[in-house]
Amino acid sequence: MTLVGSILIDGTAYAMILFMITVGLSITLGLMHVVNMAHGAFAMLGGFAAVELMSRLGLRFELALVIAVVATALVSVPIERFVISRVYGRPELDQALLTIGVAFVAIALVNLWLGASFSSIDLPAWLSGPVDLGFRSFPRHRVAVIVLGCLVSAALWLFIGRSRFGVKLRAAVDNPGIAQSVGINTSLLYSLAFAIGAGLAALGGIAGAELLPMEANYPVKYLVLFLAVVAVGGQGTLFGTFLAALLLGLVDTASKYLLPDLASISFYLTMLLVLALRPQGLLGRKDVA
Amino acid sequence: MVDIVTSPARTEPARWRAVVGPELAVVAVGLLAAIIFPDDLGFITRINILAIFTLSLALVVGQAGIGTLGQAALFGAGSYAAALWALHVTPEPLSGLLIGALAGAVVATGSGLLILRTRGLTLIMLSIAFAQVLLEIANKAAFVTGGDDGMADIPVNPIFGVVAFDFHSRVGFGYTLAALVAVYFCLRRLVASPFGLTCRGIKGDRLRMRAVGAPVFRHLLCVYALGGAVAGIAGALSAQTTQVVGLSNLDFELSAEGLVMLAIGGVGHLGGALLGVPAFMIVRHVTATINPNHWLLVIGLLLVVTVLYLPGGLYGVFDKWRRRTERSGS
Repeated sequence: MTLVGSILIDGTAYAMILFMITVGLSITLGLMHVVNMAHGAFAMLGGFAAVELMSRLGLRFELALVIAVVATALVSVPIERFVISRVYGRPELDQALLTIGVAFVAIALVNLWLGASFSSIDLPAWLSGPVDLGFRSFPRHRVAVIVLGCLVSAALWLFIGRSRFGVKLRAAVDNPGIAQSVGINTSLLYSLAFAIGAGLAALGGIAGAELLPMEANYPVKYLVLFLAVVAVGGQGTLFGTFLAALLLGLVDTASKYLLPDLASISFYLTMLLVLALRPQGLLGRKDVA
Repeated sequence: MVDIVTSPARTEPARWRAVVGPELAVVAVGLLAAIIFPDDLGFITRINILAIFTLSLALVVGQAGIGTLGQAALFGAGSYAAALWALHVTPEPLSGLLIGALAGAVVATGSGLLILRTRGLTLIMLSIAFAQVLLEIANKAAFVTGGDDGMADIPVNPIFGVVAFDFHSRVGFGYTLAALVAVYFCLRRLVASPFGLTCRGIKGDRLRMRAVGAPVFRHLLCVYALGGAVAGIAGALSAQTTQVVGLSNLDFELSAEGLVMLAIGGVGHLGGALLGVPAFMIVRHVTATINPNHWLLVIGLLLVVTVLYLPGGLYGVFDKWRRRTERSGS
């Protein structure tokens, strides 16, 4: 019973982090049709920015988190505008190679700036230690991450489902040409969506630093993990990404608890199985031809 | 589109220079490098092997448009098969190459049945997943593969029973160069054939190829299996010349590096693989000795610049220069 509880809490927390980091990637893929291999770099940027703000400037965790998220979103805008937007509509291979190049540059710069060592984010008192949930106690951090993940998903869902921006966004995903000709400024939309995705990745990176530790190699080390969530969920679907994060997060955590020897293989087999049965992902739309 | 029209299949009857010219160039450059840097023969041997591996990617990715990131699975299959063959059946090297090619082709066919039904991100992820599962199997089946430690001291008999492998890898260099030239020759014929033309057609427009009656899936499976055989040969060569096989032969890093080398050299042409590999290896060799972080910065910038400003890669630059000199010459 306690084992099941631990798996559920840890797995869900892990899933929430995966969701926050990858949702931007999924949106970019659905909207601009770009496989952004550099997406993990934004999570890393957020994490390191938070570490630096706290250690160098002595800011509180909460303040550092907000500044790091906003700063990452701002930094992502010129990267999208001046580099990544230039391969919109180019073959996938070009896009993948360009963005992996951007990820390499980000890794090298962080390495030169901070060195290759791990950096941990010191959590404030109200986020560390155990919390009693009635039947047993759990690490406070995990519970907080789950709450945060649920809040972010709900906010995103409302934002994309109800707001004017969301309507335009969905229109552009469905048919960019028509969206443009009815007067939607798609390139502004792309920049905004990219920035929101980068900011969320930073948030996920900071919140998940206990599970996916910050290091210079972060964008490449977890690249396959992030891409897996998007592929399994189906590109451009919010709920699909959420489901995929939940599925992969729980499978990975459960197999780490139960079959530590086979953890990695069961993760990849789950992915193989889902994609063999549904090549377009859990909730993705069927690809023509 | 342009490369379909200017396909070598349509050029006029070939003179001897067109038949074996590029192969002779490879031999000349290889020998020259060996003469100038006699102490780095091990390094040059590695370049030869990776060039064969990248040629397999040039076929699969560049010609048929199968955007795989799991090519290491086929390289690894070839190297493990060749190592097991040498340890348990016979240490004769040429039969080992054949076994490596066979293993690569078999694994490619098996995985291709699943992978090639998809495209885009799904194809990338399936190819990665397949390679990772193979890696984990090799890791867990330690009683066959040696697991994490891999296999060392793989025996290799002299080639044709005469030429024995030496410590300075002089023979290893000649052996891999010969294999590279042979593979390059065969692949060039293949790319120039109607088979290669169909590949480029599928890459250009799959739907239209199906409409004109091409068996798209079967064709892709064929070309993927051939690519697997070539990657398997590269793997077998790696096992035989280093006499070590480990999990790194199946690693994601190898797949990604192959693709990066191909991109720098030029994706759309086999020659891209032959230019990209030495360029990549030499730049890495030089910058990594200064500082490993610089290396990543250099390769990252190189990738960005190549994609944005040199879509044809190094081969594109070379080709442009060649055409210009030929025009001014005639």
